[in-house]
Amino acid sequence: MKAGAPAPSAKFSMHYQRRSRDQLAALVARDIPEGAVVNLGIGMPTLVANHIPGSREVLLHSENGILGMGPAPAPGAEDYDLINAGKQPVTLRAGGAFFHHADSFAMMRGGHLDICVMGAFQVSAQGDLANWHTGEKDAIPAVGGAMDLAVGARETWIMMDLLTKAGASKVVAQCSYPLTAIACVKRIYSDLATLRCTPAGLELIDSVAGLEHAELERLVGLAIAR
Amino acid sequence: MIDKVADSVAQALGHVADGSTVMVGGFGTAGIPDELIGGLLAQGARELTIVNNNAGDGEEGLAGLLKAGRVRKIICSFPRQATSHVFDALYRSGKIELELVPQGNLAERIRAAGAGIGAFFSPTGYGTELARNPDGSPKETRTIHGKNYVLEHPIHGDLALIKAERGDRWGNLSYRMAARNFGPVMATACKTTVASVHCIVELGGIDPEHIVTPGLFVSRIVRIERVATQAGATQVAGP
Repeated sequence: MKAGAPAPSAKFSMHYQRRSRDQLAALVARDIPEGAVVNLGIGMPTLVANHIPGSREVLLHSENGILGMGPAPAPGAEDYDLINAGKQPVTLRAGGAFFHHADSFAMMRGGHLDICVMGAFQVSAQGDLANWHTGEKDAIPAVGGAMDLAVGARETWIMMDLLTKAGASKVVAQCSYPLTAIACVKRIYSDLATLRCTPAGLELIDSVAGLEHAELERLVGLAIAR
Repeated sequence: MIDKVADSVAQALGHVADGSTVMVGGFGTAGIPDELIGGLLAQGARELTIVNNNAGDGEEGLAGLLKAGRVRKIICSFPRQATSHVFDALYRSGKIELELVPQGNLAERIRAAGAGIGAFFSPTGYGTELARNPDGSPKETRTIHGKNYVLEHPIHGDLALIKAERGDRWGNLSYRMAARNFGPVMATACKTTVASVHCIVELGGIDPEHIVTPGLFVSRIVRIERVATQAGATQVAGP
């Protein structure tokens, strides 16, 4: 953790509440339009699927070779040939398709995927992303499809807590962790605010009720345009 | 008469030379050719380079091959898993070499080998630690129409071990659901491709519109009984 990172202020924290994981997932889901092709990363992003209304047709892509992925199967109906990238059993919607890995990643790299939603260790104000490796000496690196998704999807959205447990901002001027991709993040959905990353820096989309803009900027340590 | 059907896993594998590069299909619980990996362990080849998405989990399968000290190097995208302790220990003690490759670059490098491509520029990994060669030198980069790319080379294999659903004596294959994953590209990239299938059908028994891997990419097939606990056990694949 960075020394001197701002701790959440007791004075302000009394006046606002963090978004829950489900509230955050609902916010992301709200912004996914009808007809979008979307890849939801492992972890918190998978919750987004639960909040996409059944009336809205969104095609979920899984990098192991599925388009048109459906929800988890009923207990006892699992088929272990039908799993998502997180290796959990899923279902296939009518109209869904299977394909091999090279085609699956061509869908990303070729610009055919509208949105990917991932978690992050750090995001820079200009949209650089660090989410695959802490860079610690004894850590075993693993990247999976994170770099391909970040570079390939038309929009990369990040879902994460704004601050680390120690209170340091995960939105930074420059990533200190190893990069996943440069200037790929368009939006950050966090527990305290939704931000847009632009070449000129951060822009506010919205923040939780009661969180004053000056306090948000203090927590992040960067200017956020309104 | 062309007949690629082998009677046993050992016969299907034949001789595997020490130092071979072996591509192993599968992702998660889907498409892992467990019986073929078991055959490779029994066959005894050493100093192998393994190409797989992961680096084995638990004690069996790929992890078993690693544990037996048969693997010199692994090329994969995601070695770290909750149950990858065999790999973790070998890696931390410097007993295995790791070439970490973004998953899409891994698939495309394998595809490129099978398609006769000399090298290709990929945007994935540009500006990251993975835009480096295994010796640490930077990979060649190029800006094309304002976008930045990294030069990636194909990965050729000596042997591909893949799992399919149906096969015929010409080696034509169809797959089942997400078990397809790396199978079709790995089959194209290796000198020898061995596929395990759950069902062997007569020529014409797979609708030609549904043949995913044409038989010319396949050297031998061997039928493996579907185990009750395995994926797809509830759905019988009729001929």
